[in-house]
Amino acid sequence: MTTVQYVSRSKAIAARALGDETMVMSATNSTLFTLDEVASAIWKAADGMTPLNEIVANKVCTQYEISPEAALKDAEALVKRLAEHGILLLSDQPFAGMSDARKESA
Amino acid sequence: MSGLVVEMAAKALKLNIPLSVQLDLTYRCNERCIHCYLDHDDHGEMTTAEIKDLLDQMADAGVFYLTISGGEILMRRDFFEILEHARLRTFCVKLKTNGVLIREKEAKRLRELGVETVQISIYSHRAEVHDAITKMPGSFRQSIEAARFLRQEGLPVTLANVLMTENSTDYLSVKALAAELDARYFIDPTITPMMDGNRSILNLNVDQAALQGVFRDGALVGNVEEFCAPPPSVDEDALDMLPCSAGHTACYVSPYGDVYPCVQFPLPSGNVRQTKFIDIWRDSPQLKEVRSITLRDMPTCSQCTHGATCTRCPGLAYLEGNMRGPSIQDCQKSYARTGIPSENFKAKNSTAKPLQSPQLVQIQGLQPATRDFSTMETESRAAAV
Repeated sequence: MTTVQYVSRSKAIAARALGDETMVMSATNSTLFTLDEVASAIWKAADGMTPLNEIVANKVCTQYEISPEAALKDAEALVKRLAEHGILLLSDQPFAGMSDARKESA
Repeated sequence: MSGLVVEMAAKALKLNIPLSVQLDLTYRCNERCIHCYLDHDDHGEMTTAEIKDLLDQMADAGVFYLTISGGEILMRRDFFEILEHARLRTFCVKLKTNGVLIREKEAKRLRELGVETVQISIYSHRAEVHDAITKMPGSFRQSIEAARFLRQEGLPVTLANVLMTENSTDYLSVKALAAELDARYFIDPTITPMMDGNRSILNLNVDQAALQGVFRDGALVGNVEEFCAPPPSVDEDALDMLPCSAGHTACYVSPYGDVYPCVQFPLPSGNVRQTKFIDIWRDSPQLKEVRSITLRDMPTCSQCTHGATCTRCPGLAYLEGNMRGPSIQDCQKSYARTGIPSENFKAKNSTAKPLQSPQLVQIQGLQPATRDFSTMETESRAAAV
């Protein structure tokens, strides 16, 4: 059984949508990333309260022709990479006491 | 710039997004630098609420890089409230300050808020020279202390070294001081006219020999032979080049809400107290005019051998009377760098004419009936080396 994951945007980032992409800069080391359209959809929905599988079902599978299993697998790999760079936080529990900064989408 | 940054800038240009904005919070300052292009009075600065609303508008418009400058930014009692809001809206924030009011507590707060970098003005490694330029005794010590506090917090710091007659021999020592502080170093060899058009401070500019010394200093420019090489010929592609990011992907907003293409290009293009930021950005006739200009449209510069490589600043050209014309200060830089005179220099040698200065240049909010216009670049392009 897959563990339910919750994802939350880090406060230590700068971010802005640029067309269908999103620019994200880590405030800790000024590394700049760009997220493509699908990754941007997951990023925007990463409110710390919505499970990743729900984000994938509602924001990815409804927009792209991809099976829920394959989409979730790709999404899990993506959020893991983003978490390694410190720009996304992962937890198996909802993030309590979400600040306004986390609620703020780019 | 990294490939990714260039790619993002190109995309922003294509989508007409203002990727970078410099916002001056105040022109008030605790220093009185002899070369400063601003007055230091408060002519009606935007309130905290107005600035927060502007930040919201800029975030919605797509602004990513936000440079907060002044005046001295910490002269505003609401500075940290404004900064908190800027970070809440996830801007990539760069601060420009003299650092005098940054102590351990402020440095810690800046780190907590995730500021990307802090630029501090340092004019010399010698306290007496620095303090004579700022006209503030003790300012050198305080500014250097601020740099140390910020570095102790792990924040990236840049020492910005404006070059002028008073400190023309000190730049390598300031560079060494930056290295000692584990800070970046930035040299700016251009003194610009005051925003009200007053050109009296231009006599502080270093002379050609000093400028040539800077451009031929391997410690600053790297490969001197390459940096000072004769320019390549101007081809068709070069003629279609845009002058700089001013008005294209960047602009400037004054403490009074005036929008200009750049802090060095004081062409009034609208005021956010009267018009939404995005509407000014998209529809201002002045910004549209600035965007329409390519090298091909510049009668003198398009014929100049330096056309493809010149650091010509359209704002300085504007302040000299014509935004499609050359900028004498950049002609001087091209000459100091390569030893080859510009078309403008050649013309001036044959028919010496006095400089014309525009009469406009305002420092307060626009009146709707008197808009008269012209543009910017968030990172002042004065840093030619």
